[in-house]
Amino acid sequence: MFYRENGQFKTSYRADQQIFAIAQDRWAILVLIAFAALGVPFLADEYLFRAILIPFLILSLAALGVNILVGYCGQISLGSGAFMAVGAYMAYNTYIRVEGMPLIVALLSGGFFATLVGMFFGIPSLRVKGLYLAVATLAAQFFCDWAFLRVGWFTNNNASGSVSVSNLSVLGWNIDTPLQKYWFCLGFLVVFGLLAKNLVRSAIGREWMAIRDMDVAAAVIGIRPVYAKLSAFAVSAFIVGVAGALWGFVHLGAWEPAAFSIDRSFQLLFMVIIGGMGSIMGSFFGAAFIVVLPIFLNQFLPALGALAGVEISTATVAHAEAMIFGALIVWFLIVEPHGLAKLWSIGKQKLRLWPFPH
Amino acid sequence: MAFFLETLFGGLMAGMLYSLVALGFVLIFKASGVFNFAQGAMVLVAALCMARFSEWIPLWTGLQSKFLSNMLAFAVSVAFMFVLAWLIERLVLRHLVNQEGVTLLMATLGITYFIDGLGQTIFGSDIYKIDVGMPKDPMFILDSIFEGGVLINQEDVIAAVVAAVLVAALSLFFQKTGTGRALRAVADDHQAAQSIGIPLNRIWVIVWCVAGITALVAGIIWGSKLGVQFSLTTVALRALPVIILGGLTSVPGAIIGGLIIGVGEKLSEVYLGPMVGGGIEIWFAYMLALVFLLFRPQGLFGEKIIDRV
Repeated sequence: MFYRENGQFKTSYRADQQIFAIAQDRWAILVLIAFAALGVPFLADEYLFRAILIPFLILSLAALGVNILVGYCGQISLGSGAFMAVGAYMAYNTYIRVEGMPLIVALLSGGFFATLVGMFFGIPSLRVKGLYLAVATLAAQFFCDWAFLRVGWFTNNNASGSVSVSNLSVLGWNIDTPLQKYWFCLGFLVVFGLLAKNLVRSAIGREWMAIRDMDVAAAVIGIRPVYAKLSAFAVSAFIVGVAGALWGFVHLGAWEPAAFSIDRSFQLLFMVIIGGMGSIMGSFFGAAFIVVLPIFLNQFLPALGALAGVEISTATVAHAEAMIFGALIVWFLIVEPHGLAKLWSIGKQKLRLWPFPH
Repeated sequence: MAFFLETLFGGLMAGMLYSLVALGFVLIFKASGVFNFAQGAMVLVAALCMARFSEWIPLWTGLQSKFLSNMLAFAVSVAFMFVLAWLIERLVLRHLVNQEGVTLLMATLGITYFIDGLGQTIFGSDIYKIDVGMPKDPMFILDSIFEGGVLINQEDVIAAVVAAVLVAALSLFFQKTGTGRALRAVADDHQAAQSIGIPLNRIWVIVWCVAGITALVAGIIWGSKLGVQFSLTTVALRALPVIILGGLTSVPGAIIGGLIIGVGEKLSEVYLGPMVGGGIEIWFAYMLALVFLLFRPQGLFGEKIIDRV
């Protein structure tokens, strides 16, 4: 009743091509962003910022990047953790090696180097596809794990491979408190989210989707697979790299290569699959699900044990967590293989017809 | 020269062990098109089951004979893997027929988490030993040709023999038995196999069982070498380059690929490693496979990839 486009006439091409064609969507997004920027700080405490909100923002940025590659271009990648690591370490190197380097430029340069690495490891995608490619991208993961641990230059010759940054500030504005970090990440996420949304609606986004749906057919109608695939790798690695830099600089502060291990790659892929492949919105849903679920299980299981009068040891909790996490993932894949974004779009469709479904 | 040969033999033996794990991947991928990431977790849980039961059985029954309790533990572990395979088919795969490859891959990752948690909840999460009486002493061969001979591990030799026997048994099973023929039919074409009356679900259970048994054998051998611990799951990641090198659908490919990767890893670690700081084993295998894929995208023995619109 309230959610339909009746009476909203488009009188220009500009109006016809805007991102959110329905006025209600536009307002909802604006309200959501305003709430995230101004409302959430009043509601959340420090724990919530540190444990959930900041990781959620950064990982949704990373999931967005992975979704461009996996969801839009159809190239399965298990090396996203490596691109995050490249972003983090190269941003660190730019930041400490160049005197007076502005923070944002350092973060973006992390993304730039991740792009280079991403394109290099994207080269096999020109020859191999599907699961072969997935395994091939693991090469990026293991190579980067090794390089950041063993090559001293990346970590400023720190033996354990751990590095740290402090006193972050942008244009004289310090980023110390969780709230400031939250705003900083939110800013990045909004800008990149809009850019990504626009990119996938543009010519190049359509090329990616054509490649995903059937690459031979796409090549036949004149889409260059080399260009489309490598550009998807580049864009994806850039976003993932920036997310990695944020993860290191803003969320962790001090990190080592293990922070970007293969588990991180799997986690990002889970976000994309559970959120919904080929959907910008899905990246956010997936990130929220994967970030919140382990924390929830961690809090909930001991409470449940206490309720039943059983003392559960930490090891058992950890194992039970893994079991429930795995089982939920499988269950989720079975009931909704197209992800949360599919549920979202079904809901929207129904809402448009409501209350007269016929 | 002797040192080179030693490295080479070490690589071949390691490669044989990789092939064992890789075999599990290939079997499942062939028969159901599922890229089974849970193979590593299956190796771990099988080894845990074997280790704990060979410890528990003498305690419960007062059996003195080590051989007998090991055999009993082996039987229990096989049964355990059967149940696991049946449950996986029943609860997961059956509901995911016709999904995309990546969805299935993610489902097996979910299974990995589940099995890891389950195995360690039931069997505990310390380091356990498996002692099936494999000789541990090193021995020297070819000492008539080289001074001092070439040092090899008896354990490795036995492992290689076991792997070879297993592979031979599997190829007999695939080529000569009715079930094996059905398995090959399913691997060729699901729909065609179903239309001539081969029950897909049962075939999947069988193939997961077979993969479970190879996981058990791999787990016993790796476990008696390294001890049964969580890090066994990473064996699966070491075996991945083997299967893309050998081809995802080829049993001989898994063996040859394993040997190539094993030798490549060891030689690179010994001869190239010191130049760049060492520890290059794991990514070198992947790079080797990757470079290889650039020239032959379907792997050594994989089916030729034909693109149709």
